[in-house]
Amino acid sequence: MWGVLASRISRFLLVTFGVSTLVFFLIHLVPGDPVEVMLGESASVTDREAMRVSLNLHLPIWQQLALYYQHLFQLDLGTSLHSSQPVVTIIMSRLGATIELAIAALIIAILLAIPLGTIAAKRHRQWPDYLSSSIALFGISVPNFVAGPVLILLFAIYLGWLPVSGRAGVASMVLPALTLGTAMAAILSRMLRSSLLDVMHTPYVLSARARGLSETRILFKHIYPNAMLPVITLLGLQLGGLLAGAIITETIFSWPGIGLLTIEAIQKRDYPLVQGCVILISVSYILVNMCTDILYRVIDPRIREAT
Amino acid sequence: MRGRVNFTNVLLAFWLLLLLIGITAELHPDEVSLAHILQPPSSELWLGADDLGRPVFDRLIAGARVSLLLAVIVVMISLFVGLSVGVLSAYIGGKFDNVISHIIDIFLAFPGILLAIALAGILGPGELNVIIALTAVGWVGFARLARAQVLSIRHYDHVSAAQALGQPSYRILLLHIVPLLAAPIIVEASFAFASVMIAEAGLSFLGLGVQPPQASWGSMIRDGSRYLLVAPHLTLIPGLVLMSAVLLFNLAGDRLRDHLNVK
Repeated sequence: MWGVLASRISRFLLVTFGVSTLVFFLIHLVPGDPVEVMLGESASVTDREAMRVSLNLHLPIWQQLALYYQHLFQLDLGTSLHSSQPVVTIIMSRLGATIELAIAALIIAILLAIPLGTIAAKRHRQWPDYLSSSIALFGISVPNFVAGPVLILLFAIYLGWLPVSGRAGVASMVLPALTLGTAMAAILSRMLRSSLLDVMHTPYVLSARARGLSETRILFKHIYPNAMLPVITLLGLQLGGLLAGAIITETIFSWPGIGLLTIEAIQKRDYPLVQGCVILISVSYILVNMCTDILYRVIDPRIREAT
Repeated sequence: MRGRVNFTNVLLAFWLLLLLIGITAELHPDEVSLAHILQPPSSELWLGADDLGRPVFDRLIAGARVSLLLAVIVVMISLFVGLSVGVLSAYIGGKFDNVISHIIDIFLAFPGILLAIALAGILGPGELNVIIALTAVGWVGFARLARAQVLSIRHYDHVSAAQALGQPSYRILLLHIVPLLAAPIIVEASFAFASVMIAEAGLSFLGLGVQPPQASWGSMIRDGSRYLLVAPHLTLIPGLVLMSAVLLFNLAGDRLRDHLNVK
């Protein structure tokens, strides 16, 4: 177990290192001179040189990289060009909104996916299965930027029940959480269905039935616990993706989280902030995935003993 | 399955019809007309007009050309790059494979289209940059798939036989290994097509993709969402069309998977 833990953590560090290196080179992909792009053509030479020095762009590239790693190690992601606040401070002020939305979306996804997946598996190859699978396929094919405006149209404009966008109270969270949650639920219920179908035909379920246990007891005691493993992995992946910033959904609903921050930074050509957001998003994604992987082993004794 | 009237076939027929119209029709997607601003669908303009009075139908078809063309290019390049990297990595093995699989891991560590958004944001908008950004994300799926397949295929008897006969590596790869990858790669390509279409529309929706006045489904939804209250058809119509296209490729992927017996 400790060996696995060590290997996961070293892999996490390695991938984080690779991701940050890739993000470092992003700024060098800016066509032309990044300083000119950021300041505009009318900026004076002094301003340009000042910025070049403050971003270390005057140094040879390997020195830039070394400084970048050094700062990263001290959790220093640089300073925003636009507001001249530290990037870390800006990100921290936006993190809460994203976490809040991610948790709400996750709850909606679970609440929708469990009944959908269970009904589909219980009535396999009958109409409830086809209906639930069609809903899921439909859900997978609707992109967020279509579902979002449709929900706004329906609940905020025609019915007037909920606010269109922004972040003021619980009501404003419903629509973005629904947009993200239903898309997740679609994938999740498909996974749950196939996982439940696998478990339902195992000998231990047959023997539980032969012992005369009630169907409810079989479902909750014997089927669900065993069917949850692949679902948990997927859930981890999805939660990571959500924390990672539902960039498009946050943009649609002007939800002031990390995703919207990324887009704002791109629009303002605030490259240090863009880099900071991308690093934070991907590192939290890697971190959540690593935790899921470890959790998976803790839950399932078969995997724990096999490795 | 063949010849039956079902949802997939109807959807396919609808798309073939649109394709025919798209090739043959004379379109005026950029024709501004003040008289028709934000007009809802009518018998004269049967999908209505947008905020500049441009016909939504014409823009939809013109947008389809852009979206489909971009998706084809991105999937082709991703497939070629991913397949080459994956096959070579698994076949050569050793340290080389180790390095490649770490690189694949690093690219997979960016959730969703984050990397594409960052790249498109840094490189600036435009069709070429959309292709670069989406290919940078797209090749990984193919590489991972090809690598996993080749890792088992290279131990098959016919590969060992070819090696024992002294066949050069490139012949073994091209004649004895790559053809066996066709089925899973075709299925993957079909799903990739669906996700590239969503991603391209997503980038255009964020203003990072195809630029005005060029029509694209994503940018049509973006422009339309500003007039949600007065002209919901500007958002709903491109949204529905995009959705049906994505659904079609997802359904086709499911069908191909069953038909070609992948996994």
